[in-house]
Amino acid sequence: MLTAFAIVTDGLVYAAYLFLVAVGLTLIFGVMKILNVTHGSFYAFGAYGAATAAGIWFDRGLPDAGGFLLMALMAMAIGLVLGVVLERGILRFVYGRDEVVVVLVTYAAFLILEDVIVLIWGPRSYAAYQPMVAAGSIDVGDLTLSNYDIGLVVLAALVAIVGRWALKYTRYGRLLTVVIFDRETAAAYGINVTLVYTITFIIGAMLGALGGAVMAPKISVTLGIGVEVIVLAFAVVAIGGMGSIEGALIGALIVGLSRAAAVHLVPQLELFVIYAVMALVLGFRPYGLFSQIQPRKI
Amino acid sequence: MRAGSTILGALAFGALAVIALWLPPWLVSLATIAFANALVVLGLIILWRAGLVPFGQALFYAIGAYAVALIGRYTPIRDVFAVILAGAVCAGVAAYLVGFLLARYREIFFSMLSLAMSMILYGVLVKTETLGSTDGFHVEAGSFFGYRPEGEASNLATYWLVLGICAVLAWLVALYFRSIAGALGNPIRDNEIRVEFLGLSVDRLIHLKLVISGVLAGIGGALAALAVQHVDPAMSYWTTSGGFVFVTILAGAGSVAAAFVGSLVFELVRSFAVDFVPGEWQMILGTVLLLTILFLPEGLGSLVSRLRRKPEASP
Repeated sequence: MLTAFAIVTDGLVYAAYLFLVAVGLTLIFGVMKILNVTHGSFYAFGAYGAATAAGIWFDRGLPDAGGFLLMALMAMAIGLVLGVVLERGILRFVYGRDEVVVVLVTYAAFLILEDVIVLIWGPRSYAAYQPMVAAGSIDVGDLTLSNYDIGLVVLAALVAIVGRWALKYTRYGRLLTVVIFDRETAAAYGINVTLVYTITFIIGAMLGALGGAVMAPKISVTLGIGVEVIVLAFAVVAIGGMGSIEGALIGALIVGLSRAAAVHLVPQLELFVIYAVMALVLGFRPYGLFSQIQPRKI
Repeated sequence: MRAGSTILGALAFGALAVIALWLPPWLVSLATIAFANALVVLGLIILWRAGLVPFGQALFYAIGAYAVALIGRYTPIRDVFAVILAGAVCAGVAAYLVGFLLARYREIFFSMLSLAMSMILYGVLVKTETLGSTDGFHVEAGSFFGYRPEGEASNLATYWLVLGICAVLAWLVALYFRSIAGALGNPIRDNEIRVEFLGLSVDRLIHLKLVISGVLAGIGGALAALAVQHVDPAMSYWTTSGGFVFVTILAGAGSVAAAFVGSLVFELVRSFAVDFVPGEWQMILGTVLLLTILFLPEGLGSLVSRLRRKPEASP
């Protein structure tokens, strides 16, 4: 019973993390049909930015709440700048080229940004443990849960609900749905598709950076954290179906819970379980659980 | 024309083999690795022509290398031809099995799933203590039909071995490109349904391409393991795969020769970059990749064909 409870709580926390990093990736893919490898850089920049912000704030002994806010704002600001620079500076020149070529462009940008991280923050790693300590923990039965983890789950749920509400009921969300469905028709009806692309990319970048920021206190912020995230986020998004927010949510839950189950029951399998689940799902639904049917051109 | 390029290729390999006698040892070692890696690039060109870019080709590269290393560790077999064959077979079998999943996918799904596969192997290698974990382990020196060269002679012997195998495989791949299965690469990229209407299974054609490219990558890895005499999990890491993709884009998929020239240039630039600007290697890589895609979409090889075409175009 205790193990089952631990699996569920650990699984939910991990799923929240996966969802936060995957949602930006799936949004950009859904709208722009770009698999954005640079998402890993957004994540890494967000984590580094948040770690720096936490260092500045908490070392001065200022009130804790402001520290959380500063970390999030720092990450959003970084995401905004990176998003604008990449979309306006590079990506808009390759719209219309093969999907794979665009992936390679984002891969090139990712390589450049990896070294930019070294130039800005140096090769050493950062630990932003302060928020974990500040948040404290509560006891539920025999288990001790960190408040920070609970906050993470709440944040992920909030992003999922707000994201879905914004897509369904706001003007911008409706426009986005039209662009997702058919870019050319949307343009013919007078929707400024270029602007929609830019805004979407910036939102995706900010979400990626935010994912990095909220994870910074739980990991060691070091070189190469961006890569793992790319593969992991892709696995989650592929299970759910590329471009679908519900898909990302379901994918994150499936992967999060199965990984937690593996960690508690058969720890040796921890590494493979994500890919095993992915292979299993793709074996039956080759383009994910919530994928749209793609017409084939003749 | 076809016979002409075969003779030209044979002459080029012959010349490369002879000049090694006067080259400094570091350059010979560098060329050995470059040509071993060129085999992987050759495999990528086969897939690239069908519009597929695997981001995890290092999977087969590492399998080939570890197969050689494990044979050296647990069996008395030292003959280079036997161990290379073993590496090729292991990588080929792995490619065949992985192919059942991968051959169903195109474009980014193909790329990312292949990346995921290679990251699984990386994870396994890092976690396996008996295989040296992140440090990897030593590879026993090979023998050539019983002949065991030492020191300088061993370097040259390995170089000639790599060169010979490259020459044979380059010829075979050129033959493959002229066969029906090989020539269908571009049509698959342009329009799969029309290829299906010819009465051919695209999935099976792609599966075949995967196995060929896997075998080439396995042989490349086996040769690299013999040349460096060490294997480690970094051989299966995504940066290794990324390097191969990089060379493919840079060289272009226009010809078999592009793989070898591109790989040699890449290794030369890398060794100079590591000496002069050690911290900015990835930045250089990314910038060059970006500029190539933006301004030279067919790769450096297209410069040569452009020059060749010019006189014909002008009246």
